[in-house]
Amino acid sequence: MLARALARHLRAGDVVALVGPLGAGKTCFASGLAEALGVEGRVASPSFVVARFHDGPTPLVHADAYRLSGAEDLLDAGLDDWLRVAVVAVEWADLAEEALPADRLTVALATDGGGRRIELTATGPRSLRALEALEHDSSGHRDLEPTS
Amino acid sequence: MAGQWSLSADARVLGIESSCDETAAAVVQADGRVCSNVVASQNEFHEHFGGVVPEIASRRHTEVITAVVANALANAEVQPADISLIAVTRGPGLIGSLVVGVAAAKAYALAWGLPMVGVNHVEAHLAAALLHAPSQPAPAAEIFPTLCLIVSGGHTDLLLRSGPGQSELLGCTRDDAAGEALDKAARLLGLGFPGGPALERAAERGSREAIVFPRPQLPPHEFSFAGLKSALAREVKERGVLGEDEVADLAAGFQEAVVQTLWNALERAAAEHRPQQIVVAGGVAANRRLREVLAQGCGGLGLRLAVPPPVFCTDNAAMVALAGAQAFESCGPDSMDFDVFSALP
Repeated sequence: MLARALARHLRAGDVVALVGPLGAGKTCFASGLAEALGVEGRVASPSFVVARFHDGPTPLVHADAYRLSGAEDLLDAGLDDWLRVAVVAVEWADLAEEALPADRLTVALATDGGGRRIELTATGPRSLRALEALEHDSSGHRDLEPTS
Repeated sequence: MAGQWSLSADARVLGIESSCDETAAAVVQADGRVCSNVVASQNEFHEHFGGVVPEIASRRHTEVITAVVANALANAEVQPADISLIAVTRGPGLIGSLVVGVAAAKAYALAWGLPMVGVNHVEAHLAAALLHAPSQPAPAAEIFPTLCLIVSGGHTDLLLRSGPGQSELLGCTRDDAAGEALDKAARLLGLGFPGGPALERAAERGSREAIVFPRPQLPPHEFSFAGLKSALAREVKERGVLGEDEVADLAAGFQEAVVQTLWNALERAAAEHRPQQIVVAGGVAANRRLREVLAQGCGGLGLRLAVPPPVFCTDNAAMVALAGAQAFESCGPDSMDFDVFSALP
């Protein structure tokens, strides 16, 4: 739900940094983004393929730093090209932080008893705009998303 | 059947693969005989390049691809003039990596005046079941319909093939691929890298029944391994410091859950679609426990099973060359302006 609501406010060049332990729901969140953006192709964990490009009205690059040896690998994989044309969602973003723009929306996921806790942090004007737009139309629901 | 685009059995195809980590080239005959098979992350090739491991970076693919192709020709003891067709992986994979292989293939095709075909990486894994070393007999030809499972770090795809190049996707994973689940389990258990083989070794010392992990219940033909991974993460967290036997039991229990989940999906699909044969390919098809369960299961159902030798299970260009030969024989060459693709439809 939260991912879908957020997707409405994302534009090409926006970076969504997904962080959280194994099994926290990073791929699930990216899947929600993809669905709401209406992009093509099946969403699955990109850990092994590093990134998948999903074309659409606003394309989505679903990337993953899990297997990379650092920030440089993400740049080599084509991060700058992706940012020009697509929303870029990066799983395990904390493993390649230095490669990512400082202005990004960090989505920290954690499993918390029976639910799932999601914390959103904006670190620049671009990401703040998306976060504020999300707050404007979904205030009250942004902190806790039940697992479905 | 000799069509418009038939290749003779000994026609040589140069295959090029750069969809993910490996930069690979191979020379394969149209009948599946492998003349050479070079993968740039293999040890022999490392030494040649001072230990450089080609990873995902397209820059690194670029650095090694011409040398890899030259090695493939040299190992096969052929010249460019001996090649009849060039085949290259055009997707799915990492765009920046795919374009390196495709650009190289186009350049060679233009320079040597050869036809070229783009190959789907998943189709190529299936073709691997028909590859054989010069010293080995050719495997029996595929009989259709064939039920196919591609299991690797990036794929868990169940397909039904009604003929060469005619595949229908029955289902795939909603989250993690089977090989990815095994790799991440190895990391949770502190078993080192590469995770799949490390988990398999640990599992051989453990009991498959000591710790039973849940088998996800999903609509037919769909897979999900994220829940299984979370279950292992919870076990590891609850148990605290793990003894060696505990690690072995967890590894064995986890591997068994993955293997049985894969077999159950095949068994259900076989009951529904009545295939003549089951083909299982991709890196996880090298797993000995999976091969054992597949052999038992297919034996029980009276179904023919084809699993490529382990060397052709992981990403390689020999499978690309053979899939290219098959695609060429059914549809002819691709035009020079074809593009790469990243995700499966």
